[in-house]
Amino acid sequence: MQITLAHLKRGERAIITDVSSIHIPLKLLEMGCLPGNYVELVQLAPFQDPMYLNINGTHLAIRKETAIHVLIEKIDI
Amino acid sequence: MSKQINVALIGNPNTGKTSAFNALTGLNQKVGNYPGITVEKKQGVCKLPRGVKAHIIDLPGTYSLNASSLDENVVIELLLNKNDKDFPDVAVVVSDVENLKRNLLLFTQIKDLEIPTILVINMADRMRYKGISLDIDYLEERLQTKIALVSTRKNEGIDHLKDLITNYKDISITPCLDTSEIDKDYFDNLRKAFPNQLIYKLWLVITQDVNFGKTDRKQIDAVADFKTKSKGDLKRLQQKEIIKRYQFINDVLKNGQTIDISQAKDLRARLDRVLTHKVWGYVIFFIILLAIFQAIYDWSSVPMDFIDNVFASLSEWTKDAMPKGAFTNLLAEGIIPGLGGIVIFIPQIAFLFLFISVLEESGYMSRVVFLMDRIMRRFGLSGKSVVPLISGTACAIPAIMATRNIESWKERLITILVTPFTTCSARLPVYLIIISLVIPEGRIFGLGYQALTLMLLYLLGFVTAISSAYILNKILKIKNKTFFVVEMPNYKLPLLKNVALTVVEKTKSFVFGAGKIILAISILLWVLASYGPGSEFKNAETIVKKEYASQNLSEAELQSKIASQKLEYSFIGLTGRAIEPAIRPLGYDWKIGIAIVSSFAAREVFVGTLATIYSVGSDEEETIKNRMAGEVNPILGGPLFTFASGVSLLLFYAFAMQCMSTLAVVKRETNSWKWPALQLIIMSGLAYVVALLAFQFLK
Repeated sequence: MQITLAHLKRGERAIITDVSSIHIPLKLLEMGCLPGNYVELVQLAPFQDPMYLNINGTHLAIRKETAIHVLIEKIDI
Repeated sequence: MSKQINVALIGNPNTGKTSAFNALTGLNQKVGNYPGITVEKKQGVCKLPRGVKAHIIDLPGTYSLNASSLDENVVIELLLNKNDKDFPDVAVVVSDVENLKRNLLLFTQIKDLEIPTILVINMADRMRYKGISLDIDYLEERLQTKIALVSTRKNEGIDHLKDLITNYKDISITPCLDTSEIDKDYFDNLRKAFPNQLIYKLWLVITQDVNFGKTDRKQIDAVADFKTKSKGDLKRLQQKEIIKRYQFINDVLKNGQTIDISQAKDLRARLDRVLTHKVWGYVIFFIILLAIFQAIYDWSSVPMDFIDNVFASLSEWTKDAMPKGAFTNLLAEGIIPGLGGIVIFIPQIAFLFLFISVLEESGYMSRVVFLMDRIMRRFGLSGKSVVPLISGTACAIPAIMATRNIESWKERLITILVTPFTTCSARLPVYLIIISLVIPEGRIFGLGYQALTLMLLYLLGFVTAISSAYILNKILKIKNKTFFVVEMPNYKLPLLKNVALTVVEKTKSFVFGAGKIILAISILLWVLASYGPGSEFKNAETIVKKEYASQNLSEAELQSKIASQKLEYSFIGLTGRAIEPAIRPLGYDWKIGIAIVSSFAAREVFVGTLATIYSVGSDEEETIKNRMAGEVNPILGGPLFTFASGVSLLLFYAFAMQCMSTLAVVKRETNSWKWPALQLIIMSGLAYVVALLAFQFLK
C-alpha cells in the first residue's frame, strides 16, 4: 500500500514523493506541496479531518480527501 | 506639475500588505469598487521625496498569478493591460520574512512580466525571534531587484521603500525565469507566432480565464495550435512552471537566507495546542463569542442613551427656534427623528466591526475555519463558510462577497443563500429597542437577561442558517469537486491603526449607505403622514371637537386626539389600515405594519420609521423608546409592545429577507435572479409563519 499524507500522525514528518496533479488544486502546489518538500502534521481536527500541516514552512489546512492524493515517505526524527 | 508614479501593491494574504498601504498613504486613501464588480478597490496617495507623488493601489491578496477568484482576476487584469490608467510604473511585492520562499513565487511571476518590481520583506522585526538572517546584497543581485526590509508594525524601513519607489527607473526588468524552459517546443512556437509579444504574458492569457483586451484573446485564438492543448496538458505545464520557479527560489535562498531553528521561539505552536484543541478549541471559541455580545451590550449603552437624548432635544429645539411651518415640521418630525434612528446605533456597530476585525487581523479566524470545517461540511457548507457567517453579523453584503474564496460552487452557493439569516447589524437596532421594551432588566450569573436574549437571537440566526443549509444540501443537485486549502497564518497582535481604519471605514459606509435610504424614506413617510385625501383628514379638528364636546377634555388631550385622528386618516394611515388585517394575527398594529413594509428597503429603517410616525403631531420632547413604550394597543388596550407581540416582532425580523442591497449582491454573485427571488419568498414566508405562531402561543 502506498503511504499518503492521510496516513501521517500528529507530530510526524515526511517527504513528499509524488502528487497526482489532476486531483490537487494548483493553489496547493503553489503553497509548496511539491515532490521533494518536507511536510509535518501539526494538528488534526476531530474525526482526523481537516489536517493542519506545515509544508515547506507554509502552514495550511487541507481536507483528508485531498491529502490521499499526496504520496509521502515518512522520516524519523 | 511633477509626474505621478503609479504603484501597485501586490502580495500574498497575511503579509501585512494592507499595513504597508496604510503606512505609505496614511489617511490619504479611498475605498471604492472596480467598475461592474463588487471587488473592493483601495487606492491612496503617497508623498515621495523631491516633491514626487505616488498613486498607490492596494490590489487584492493573491498567492500567484493563477487566478481562481474574482478578486485575484483583478490583479492579473491590471498587470496585463498596459492601457489601463492604473497600470503600474512599478510593482511593490510585499512579502513576510517567515514565508519568504512561498512569497517569492508571486514575486518571480510579476518580475517576468517585465514590470520594475520592488521586493518588500515585511515583519523584519521578527527575524531575530525566528533565527532568520538574510544576505540582502546577495538577494538583490540574484533577484535583480531592490529590497526594502520593513517593519510596518514598528514603522521602520518605510522611508527606504519610498526612496526605492522614487528611483524605480533604476530597477532591472530582466525576468527571473526563462519561460521557454517550461516546455521548449510549445513556447518556441508561441514566440514564432507572436515575435513582438512577451511570451510569459501570452502564457498567462492562454491559461487564465479573465477579461483581457479583446484583441489579445482573438489573436491567440486565431492561431489554432495553442488551443489544441487540453486542460490537463495546460495544468501539467502550470505545475511545471511552479516547480521551475521553486527550483530557482530554493537556489537563491540557499545562499541568501539562513535559519537557525534553535533560535526560533514558537508562539504559534503553543497557542495552537490550545486554540485548535479538540475540546478547548471549541470552548474558547464559544467563550469569545459570548464575551463579544456581552461587551457590545455593556459598552454601548451609555453612548446610546446620550445620542437618543441629543436627538430628542435637537428635534424640540428645532421646533422652538425655527419659524412655524411645513418645513420646520418636516425637519423636526421627519428628518431629525429618522436620522436619530440610525445615528444611535453607531456605537454598537462600531464595536461589532472592532471585534470582527480583531479576530481576522490576529489570525484566529483561520483556526475557527479549521475547527469548524468538518462540522460545517455535514451541513453542505465549508469551514470557510464560518467567516461569512460571522462577518454576516456585521453586514450580509461584504459577507456574501467573502464567500469568493470557497472553492466549491455548491458550498459557496449554499453559504450565499443562508448568510442573510445571520443577525446583521441592521437587525440590531430593531432587536435592541424591542428587547429593552419587553425583556426585564435582571441578571443571572452576571449576564443580563437582555444581553442573553440578544445572544439567543444571534444563535437562532446561526442555527437557522445551518439547518437551511442542511436542507439545501439535500435538495440542490449540483455536482462539484471540492477543494479546501486554507492558510494558517502566524498569530499577530492586531495593529491599532489597521483596526481603527477598518472600523471607521465600515461604520462610515454603513451610516452613509443606510443614511441615504433612511433620509429619503423619512421624508416620504412624513409627507404621507402629514397629508390625507378625505374629509376625515381635512376636518379632523371639527370632527374630534364635536365627538368629545360632551367630555371635558383639557386642551392638551384634545390636541393629541386631533393628531391621532389626522394620522389615522392620512395617506400612511389609510395604507397601514389596508394591510392591518394581514398583520393583526401577529400582534402588530398598522403603525408597525408601515414600519415593516418600509423596512423591506433596509431593516434599520424600522426604528426611524416608527420614530417619524410617532413624532408626527406630538409636541413633547421624548426619546424613541419612551414613545414606543407609551403606545396603546387599539383593540385590546394596554401597551402595544407586550412580551408576546415583542417576541413575535423579534422573530419576524430574525427570519424575514428585508434588504434590497443584499438581494442585489446575491444576484450579482450568483448571476441569476432565481436565487435572490427564492430567498425573498422563502425567508419572508417563514418569518410570517413563525411570528404568527409565537404571538398566538404567547398572548
